[in-house]
Amino acid sequence: MNFERIKEKLNILADAAKYDVSCSSSGSNRKNKDKGLGNTGNGICHTYTEDGRCVSLLKILLTNHCIFDCAYCVTRKSNDIKRAAFKIQEVVDLTINFYRRNYIEGLFLSSGIFKNADYTMERLIAVAKKLREEENFNGYIHLKSIPGASDELMYEAGLYADRLSVNIEIPTISGLKLLAPDKKHEDFAKPMLKVRNEIIRHKNEKKLIKSTPKYAPAGQSTQMIVGATGESDKDVMYSATYFYKKFNMKRVYYSGYVPVMEDARLPSIGTQVPMLRENRLYQTDWLLRFYGFSVNEILNDHHPNLDIDVDPKLSWALRNLHHFPVDINTADKRMLARIPGIGMRSVHKIINGRKYRNLNWEHLKNMGVALNRAKYFIICNSRYWERRDLDSERIKGMILQNSTGKFRNQYSDQLSLFS
Amino acid sequence: MDTTKSLIYDGSFNGFLTAVFVGFEQKLTRADIQCDQRAQNGLFSQTETIFTDVHKAKRVWNGIKKRSSSAIKNIYFAFLSRQEGIEPLLYYYIQKLMAAKENKGTDFSDDLVLKINQLAHKVGREKHRMEAFVRFQKTKDNIYFANIEPDYDVIPLISKHFRNRYADQAWIIYDVKRSYGLYYNLDTVELISLDLTGVHVNSIKKSNAFTNEEYQYQDLWNNYFNSTNIKSRINKKLHTQHVPKRYWKYLSEKKEAV
Repeated sequence: MNFERIKEKLNILADAAKYDVSCSSSGSNRKNKDKGLGNTGNGICHTYTEDGRCVSLLKILLTNHCIFDCAYCVTRKSNDIKRAAFKIQEVVDLTINFYRRNYIEGLFLSSGIFKNADYTMERLIAVAKKLREEENFNGYIHLKSIPGASDELMYEAGLYADRLSVNIEIPTISGLKLLAPDKKHEDFAKPMLKVRNEIIRHKNEKKLIKSTPKYAPAGQSTQMIVGATGESDKDVMYSATYFYKKFNMKRVYYSGYVPVMEDARLPSIGTQVPMLRENRLYQTDWLLRFYGFSVNEILNDHHPNLDIDVDPKLSWALRNLHHFPVDINTADKRMLARIPGIGMRSVHKIINGRKYRNLNWEHLKNMGVALNRAKYFIICNSRYWERRDLDSERIKGMILQNSTGKFRNQYSDQLSLFS
Repeated sequence: MDTTKSLIYDGSFNGFLTAVFVGFEQKLTRADIQCDQRAQNGLFSQTETIFTDVHKAKRVWNGIKKRSSSAIKNIYFAFLSRQEGIEPLLYYYIQKLMAAKENKGTDFSDDLVLKINQLAHKVGREKHRMEAFVRFQKTKDNIYFANIEPDYDVIPLISKHFRNRYADQAWIIYDVKRSYGLYYNLDTVELISLDLTGVHVNSIKKSNAFTNEEYQYQDLWNNYFNSTNIKSRINKKLHTQHVPKRYWKYLSEKKEAV
């Protein structure tokens, strides 16, 4: 193996793949077979880069040659950058050797599109197949579905991969037309639909025939870029909801747009990455998936964008003060989950703890409830609670006054004296 | 009447469970269970030395497990924290557990239950960290070798994970702080203690023990680690929060930073 050459390729192709934010290595249930190598479980983040993002998979492109010219993408045809391509065996060797040293949970393989969609998809599948069949590798494999790939190839891909994903990238169809004129919306939907149908079919067959092979056991995911086309948070979250419902997505990822080149259609280089907005979108995503909120409660025509200074749950609570205060000792699970400052772990502890005695402030504090936010919205077994008739502006002001956040300087109107 | 006694055991988990058995047998309301390495007799208390009895330990284990399977896990994990004075707390916890009609393990309004839970959680987090931060280096005799220095004694907890995952390679995970480790010989996992001449951290200086190829893969991994970082999103605080500095010397991707 020529390590110098590999090193050069690895640097180019890892650099090009890093804007894909999907990093999960969980959700699959592949066991180590015949004393081979690897298994999958709850997912492990083996290290974190200096930007604070986790590294759990070897995330690379097979090649960054591409026939498309999507404005948001660093490997677009018209961009003058170094190009490289891995041989199939090289990717296999890298994966196996990194895995054996406990650096990674598996492989995340994507690719620029060379020749056509099917030709590219075939190459991706060949890597996965070689890992599974020749190396008896049972670790995690995440393959990109290439938009426009045929149904037969998507079927084959699912037999070797744990997760498949197509990145929709632009949440609105008009934005897609503007930034990626070569791509059609249907091309994205087609492989997603095929994978969804196959997953359902395999699940049903598994119930009857135990030996049915695994098909993409960790499901599929997608990603959207935010902050590139001037879309609203409502646009983003409504299309995310659509993907969760229509294609049974395991995850939708939101990626704040990182300006990589000058283009009149896009934010200019040096524009700050919208990390706070990204954070608020993920918070909303969690509220929808785990806290029982529906999307129109959080975002609608009156509130097309999320608040920047407070989290979406608090923002919802402030708009719906008529639901509060909630009695911690009698409220049902659904309502407990809607109290700002109480997460699902605390909900679990409250529900178990209150079976034995009525809970007071001290109990809640020990359980880890963020009382600085929660105290305006609850009553418990205590003579003290918020008795003043406060309106939402007052509550918000008091909460902000008593809390600090890492993004505070981005939204505070407080002038600094010496800057 | 309050009955109190100091029970001195050998430091093993089975020894501790035997002590619990003896405590229940003698109907002690308070058992000051102490490990023999740091035992300290009270001025007026009685002392008894406990000899580990696997059968008695098993009975206690099964008894607790029947009550609650999450409680037995919490007890084991909290025990492995080896925090000073953890044994009497656990004894009290087990007493509570056995006395109650219903499952007391989930009474999160009880300070003791919450404390044991949190301690077990901390040990669990360290276990998970070790599953992530072990960095094997390939030796010339084809063994994948890793040094670790965890905050808690998690070697017994990670054995299964590594045995299941790396079934086709021989490996050693060695706890430098506690001077013992695991050796998988392609068939079973054994406990070993080594006479290490030097601690084999992932230092820039190359060691003779490892293959040349090993250093080339470390180099590739370093390159990957650096090129997958997005510079315009830099967040060092978050980085050190997830990868605390005390682990850096064992991580090949951070060796230049140490």
